Amino acid sequence: MPDIREKYAELDKVIAANKGQEGAVMRTLQSAQDIFGHVPKDVQVRIAEGLGSTLSEVYGVATFYSQFALEPRGEYIIGVCLGTACYVKGAQAVLDRVSKELNTPVGKTSPDGLFTIKDTRCLGACGLAPVMMINDDVYGALVPEKIPGILAKYRQA
Amino acid sequence: MELFRSTILICGGTGCTSSGSGKLLARFETLLAEKGLEKEIKLVRTGCFGLCAAGPVVIVYPEGAFYSHVKVEDVDEIVNEHLVKGRIVTRLLYDGSKEEGKNEIKPLDEIGFYEKQKRVVLRNCGVIDPENIDEYIAFDGYKALAKVLTEMSREDVVQTILDSGLRGRGGGGFPTGLKWKFAMGSTGKKYVACNADEGDPGAFMDRSVLEGDPHCVIEAMAIAAYAIGADEGYVYVRAEYPIAVKRLEIAIEQAREYGLLGENIFGTGFNFDMHIRLGAGAFVCGEETALMNSIEGQRGEPRPRPPFPAVKGLFGKPTILNNVETYANIAQIINKGSEWFKSMGTEKSTGTKVFALGGKIVNSGLVEIPMGTTLREIIYDIGGGCPGGKAFKAVQTGGPSGGCLPASMLDTPIDYDNLIAAGSMMGSGGMIVMDEDNCMVDIARFFLDFTVDESCGKCTPCRVGTRRMLDILNRICEGKGEDGDIERLEELAANIKATALCGLGQTAPNPVLSTIKQFRSEYEAHIYEKRCPAGVCKKLLQYVIDADKCKGCTLCSRVCPAGAISGTVKNPHVIDQAKCLKCGACMEKCKFGAISRK
Repeated sequence: MPDIREKYAELDKVIAANKGQEGAVMRTLQSAQDIFGHVPKDVQVRIAEGLGSTLSEVYGVATFYSQFALEPRGEYIIGVCLGTACYVKGAQAVLDRVSKELNTPVGKTSPDGLFTIKDTRCLGACGLAPVMMINDDVYGALVPEKIPGILAKYRQA
Repeated sequence: MELFRSTILICGGTGCTSSGSGKLLARFETLLAEKGLEKEIKLVRTGCFGLCAAGPVVIVYPEGAFYSHVKVEDVDEIVNEHLVKGRIVTRLLYDGSKEEGKNEIKPLDEIGFYEKQKRVVLRNCGVIDPENIDEYIAFDGYKALAKVLTEMSREDVVQTILDSGLRGRGGGGFPTGLKWKFAMGSTGKKYVACNADEGDPGAFMDRSVLEGDPHCVIEAMAIAAYAIGADEGYVYVRAEYPIAVKRLEIAIEQAREYGLLGENIFGTGFNFDMHIRLGAGAFVCGEETALMNSIEGQRGEPRPRPPFPAVKGLFGKPTILNNVETYANIAQIINKGSEWFKSMGTEKSTGTKVFALGGKIVNSGLVEIPMGTTLREIIYDIGGGCPGGKAFKAVQTGGPSGGCLPASMLDTPIDYDNLIAAGSMMGSGGMIVMDEDNCMVDIARFFLDFTVDESCGKCTPCRVGTRRMLDILNRICEGKGEDGDIERLEELAANIKATALCGLGQTAPNPVLSTIKQFRSEYEAHIYEKRCPAGVCKKLLQYVIDADKCKGCTLCSRVCPAGAISGTVKNPHVIDQAKCLKCGACMEKCKFGAISRK
């Protein structure tokens, strides 16, 4: 795990590479999120100053797109697909069960910092509906009863 | 060229990858190497075959054996039996591919799922290795680009596309050739752009094209660039599609190596190169002007039109923006001519359309049909109808901009104009089937919830209006509906449609209007009888214990978190409706099926 100074050094490199280019703010934010895992205010300030932009512009972009997280997220991001195909096949019940099992509301991170629960847009795996992703792993054809077993694997890991 | 006695095609689309096709590929690789068969048998990871529900899918040629639901454990058997001994593993064959009563397999295009399809856009998906440009070229790839650059004038190209009648596959249905013609007339620096921000929930055809045949999009964008006089292109693609992004990156790199992108293409002096821009999760960015703002790195808010992008688009320059599926038709129209394209489809909607068939349907997956095919043919002949013997209730097309069509409209031939007349729209091609267990008021609420969340907030009708509609729908679903709610929804809908700035707001009320029109009785049951006929809306449900079936085991009363169930051992229990939270825990636990939901 690189310490915070190394992360900022990496961010500065990205800023230098993007400076003056078209569409720099969004791409820098995307890289920043990869580096820090989220984009807190201090990072936004650094980007704004580095690119010669304003904090209002950077904050405006960061809050517009759902991909950017302003708060730290859990080690595992659980995204339950709420696309139409998943929804009509019972995705809401799956999401409710995840939330109940982790005792954490949707959109928040569990108290142990392990899981963040999100309802996501269509993941495009409609043939396997209902679907959820935990980081890069995809789980299809879900029913609420499968949830505790799936979560247990990550708790032990 | 190397020759192989067999070819194994493994689906590497997102659906099959999610079901574990990557592990199959690795196992095949190991086994073929162990047995020294690498020189005899070719292994190809292709794009999507379309039949995602049967995934992971493996096809072995020359026999054309279609294996479905293949597990890693099955790979050994396929290699040992089929590839070594030449005996097809019938146990693993896809059911629809077996010849009734005979031990033979049907060719792919005679399988029910594929029989009525016409694969134009998807012609290479599931056939070629998308990460190998040579395979694309072997299937006439880049031939159309060579033809336009060496034989056709810019006007000829635009005229051919105009003549073909091709309309935008992103959903709006604007004639593609006309768009090109407008942009051709402008002067100076221009851009071509590709909309791969496939946001409609339940639609994944653009992703499948990018995953299965990325070069066809690159070739088409180069042709478009030549036609309008542009030298730079952008593909705006969802960050949620990592496989598609990776394959597109590989394809662009290979095209550059071959001199098909870059300077002086085919020695004609034509220059064109392109870039990928990733979206960051905002549905409104599928709207053309919002997408351009997003490529420029800004908030993806739409701009008022006019000026249209063909006059003032990306970075203030004339730009054409087409959808992935639209581009996927271009090279073939150039190669085979506009008459060929017009021979498919209906008079005003030519060609084919890809639909992502999903929801309560047996064969969910990707289907491509000629325009004019009826909804019934798609849902029953190709899709196999609703599973579990449930009754069909509605089919939803057009995503959050479209509507729900009931069984009485199943014989509608699909084209842009018929779907709009029926109260829905083509949209990008999501087609979600719903059965008797789906509540139409809840579905309308679901879509409104989506648009409220995705509204960018720039214009008031969309930001505030859709929120008010959602409030009313939430109330109805909670059993607090009032007389006049339906009329209020209709009035709000009319105002939003008339005054919202962009397509997102203008079409947001459609799911509500179409469900009110087609399923008004369900709204009325919620409002006046406080009842959800489909048994979906939680607050309107009642859990009841059938006294005849209840054995008095006390299990339900012990799991009830609210203490709402009372009764004594070996005597029927009763649920106190005032205390019941409608969580369903009792019904889940009851071993005698004595608890039902009404």
